[in-house]
Amino acid sequence: MQKELLEYTLRLGDNALILGQRLGEWCGYGPVLEQDIALSNIALDQLGQARMLMQYAARLKGEEYTEDKMAFFRDVTEYHNVLMLELPNDHWGFTIMRQFLFDTFNYYQYTQLLQSQDDHIKSVAQKAIKEITYHAQWSAEWVIRLGDGTEESHQKMQTALDELWQWTGEMLTPDAVDEKMREAGIGADLNKVKEEWQQKVAEILEIATLKKPEDDWMQEGGKQGEHSEHLGYILAEMQHLPRMYPEAEW
Amino acid sequence: MSKNKDNWKIWEVFIRSRNGLSHKHVGSLHAPDAEVALKNARDVYTRRSEGISIWVVPSEAITASSPDEKEPLFTPADDKVYRHPTFYDIPDEVGHM
Repeated sequence: MQKELLEYTLRLGDNALILGQRLGEWCGYGPVLEQDIALSNIALDQLGQARMLMQYAARLKGEEYTEDKMAFFRDVTEYHNVLMLELPNDHWGFTIMRQFLFDTFNYYQYTQLLQSQDDHIKSVAQKAIKEITYHAQWSAEWVIRLGDGTEESHQKMQTALDELWQWTGEMLTPDAVDEKMREAGIGADLNKVKEEWQQKVAEILEIATLKKPEDDWMQEGGKQGEHSEHLGYILAEMQHLPRMYPEAEW
Repeated sequence: MSKNKDNWKIWEVFIRSRNGLSHKHVGSLHAPDAEVALKNARDVYTRRSEGISIWVVPSEAITASSPDEKEPLFTPADDKVYRHPTFYDIPDEVGHM
């Protein structure tokens, strides 16, 4: 039980941390100042959520662990984020589409976590849900505007959606850890999240004049620690300083 | 995108702070429509708890006085000291006002 709770906490925390790190790459490169700041804000929100969850994970793991140790001294196979979030940002539309697909999932997931029997996860959810609600609105608005925008923006968003679809199954499909956490009243019921996600995504895609891809074979493995090569590069950049100077302080 | 962003309108942003009674002008930003302008204003101008209410107004909707008219508009007020309450002597009996 303790083992599953730790892994579940890391799944939540690593999703936030890796997405935050990815979005941070846009800082200074956004297409316009307003969008640059908006996405950097979201990146910082994710980082804040990651911190709360890393602190909890460190506490669950044992006395010698800290949030920094959890973030900077775990390697690729010890990370539990879903694969979609470690994909390179590609172009702006691709980043926005991924954000929309994930934010919508995250919104329904955290809505359920507000009722979690685990006090720490519940309190993280209470703080995070306000941020996530905004993220989900923001990215949906932009999917609509870019999807139903110019011919070029429409085409780019449709291509991004088609490419991303195979990566969406993982977050919506419960494995043994998810099931155990759901039964304990700690984790979200991903089958319910999936239903709500499908409905919302279909609704927004229709307004955005985008065609929902057919469900086909789905990528998986990230939650269990099997990652693409991209995560190695993310961790190399994120971790190299604390690994080189473990005692470094501001 | 670069072509379209040049077409984004400019919006003036007004924020009412937690204890403020009125919205105050804080700056401007680019946005393609009013809803996005509100979101952009939230992201650009309220990151440090500056406000609890936002107005956005298309800049083109604002009519501004012309700098050329500065003299006739504003200098006549400069020598009318009696319009300030400090011009008047207040009898000691009144005490603090």
